[in-house]
Amino acid sequence: MKDMVNKKVNTPAMILLILGLSTIIFPLYLTVVIAFKQPSEMTNSISGILSLPKVWSLDNFREAMEITDFWHSLGNSLLITLLTVGLSIAVHSLMGYALGRNKAHSKFYSFVYLFIVSGMFVPFAILMMPIAKQTAEMGLANWFGVVLLYVVFYMPMNVLLYSGYLVNIPMALEEAAKVDGASTWRTYWTIIFPVMRPMHATVAVLTALAVWNDVMTPLIVMAGSAQNTLPLAQLNFQSQFGTNYNLAFASYLLSLIPILIFYIICQKQILNGVVNGAVK
Amino acid sequence: MKNERKRTFLLITIPILALFVCFNTIPLIRGVIYSFTNFKGFGSYDWVGFRNYIDLFSDARVGKSYLFTFKLAIVSTVVVNVLSLILALGLNSRIRAKSFFRGAYFLPNILGALVVGYIFNYFFTYILPAVADMIGIEALSSSILSNPSAAWIGVMVVCAWQAIAMNTIIYISGLQTVPEDVYEAGGLDGATGWKQFKYLTFPLIIPFFSINMVLCVKNFLMVFDQIMALTKGGPAQSTESISYLIYNNGMSGGQFGFQSANAVVFFIVIVCVSVAQMKFSGKKEEQL
Repeated sequence: MKDMVNKKVNTPAMILLILGLSTIIFPLYLTVVIAFKQPSEMTNSISGILSLPKVWSLDNFREAMEITDFWHSLGNSLLITLLTVGLSIAVHSLMGYALGRNKAHSKFYSFVYLFIVSGMFVPFAILMMPIAKQTAEMGLANWFGVVLLYVVFYMPMNVLLYSGYLVNIPMALEEAAKVDGASTWRTYWTIIFPVMRPMHATVAVLTALAVWNDVMTPLIVMAGSAQNTLPLAQLNFQSQFGTNYNLAFASYLLSLIPILIFYIICQKQILNGVVNGAVK
Repeated sequence: MKNERKRTFLLITIPILALFVCFNTIPLIRGVIYSFTNFKGFGSYDWVGFRNYIDLFSDARVGKSYLFTFKLAIVSTVVVNVLSLILALGLNSRIRAKSFFRGAYFLPNILGALVVGYIFNYFFTYILPAVADMIGIEALSSSILSNPSAAWIGVMVVCAWQAIAMNTIIYISGLQTVPEDVYEAGGLDGATGWKQFKYLTFPLIIPFFSINMVLCVKNFLMVFDQIMALTKGGPAQSTESISYLIYNNGMSGGQFGFQSANAVVFFIVIVCVSVAQMKFSGKKEEQL
């Protein structure tokens, strides 16, 4: 019996997959060992760089945290990401509902739908210069401006996802509530919004990953505000202290840890969300 | 009753549409307007008509950035799709610890492109040349990022490292839609190995192939973070992507108006490429 199970395992594929894994592990290993070392341990030879550190000291991390103002940057990143995800789920699902329910029989709504969804083709490059000007003029050159912009930038994709999902939700569900005298607004929040939960998960994952790792929007909008997000802090750090690699790598590792923890905890939801978002 | 429903829908749509217009449509229109001026980003400016657009086509730096961006996008798309298809076949075969492997191979995709770029920057600058020295490969003994004719390969590797993770997951979900009995029936007709892949597996996952093509091309054409982290457009402007050029010269180089024209052209290019891809993949799926 055991032999039969073994026979079924595709051994060559297993071996190749294990070897291939080194391309993923090696850059991470590199980051960890360099982050823990002192500059004096970094000789010019390969073994000097790649060997394990003599002492596992947290000094580099302490210093990097101070220089990049780690807790503030982390706080800003968390605030921006959570607020964007929350607003996206509320605003985009509402918009997806209004457009999805009406675009089949109303010219106005089908136009608005196409108008918003075609926003997907607009590259950030064409918006960035006017947006830098506009946010400064409107007093939105701060984290709140960044959140508003994200809600607009991810609207095309998310509205497409939500209104696509809505096709599978029968009208009968709403009509039953209407008979009971509930308003459309109430019906939406008590019946439709909870039913769309699988799509909320997809939207949350896609939006959170994109926002958390984004550099360009905060770079353009928050440049003058003395506030950093986590990626932006790395960019500023690199241009100031880029030659102290041990310190730099400690800072990079710090910036990767939150998303790694999130991934380890929610791996299944993340994989499902990413696939759902892409395939639909 | 019916009016209440109509009013609610309007009350939802109008404010959200207004927000979208304010931060998407209006900046877009302003961008187009700036493209007809000699605006530097500050101070006063004059209308220059189509001069920016005419200059654009004779500007060597802009031409070079288009060539680089398209070269990167095409080569990366091919490399990424071939590798991730092979990887997906491996991950979908009978192996142990399947979910561990899938999870591990997806990891690069969740990491920020900027920090990944910095880590690879170090790898290309210090590790790779040292290894090449040790085993005696002359061509790699200096950093490829400082070699104008090879730096794009470094950028490509970093882009691919992250994109393969994404495309593999999509191919796996495609492979899972192929029912087992298709292979059994094909096996009876002698379809195994490469033949099985060519005549059975691949045709059945073509929709997923199209998704990956669209995703890849669009993302690679807009490449920015990796350039910022690896080369800053250098050496000798050999890795200047269109987005990076627009950012660099438009935001701080005093070419606000000129780069706006560049961005308008880039926008039109993106729309054309996307529409062409959708038409092409739509046709392919119909044939099946």
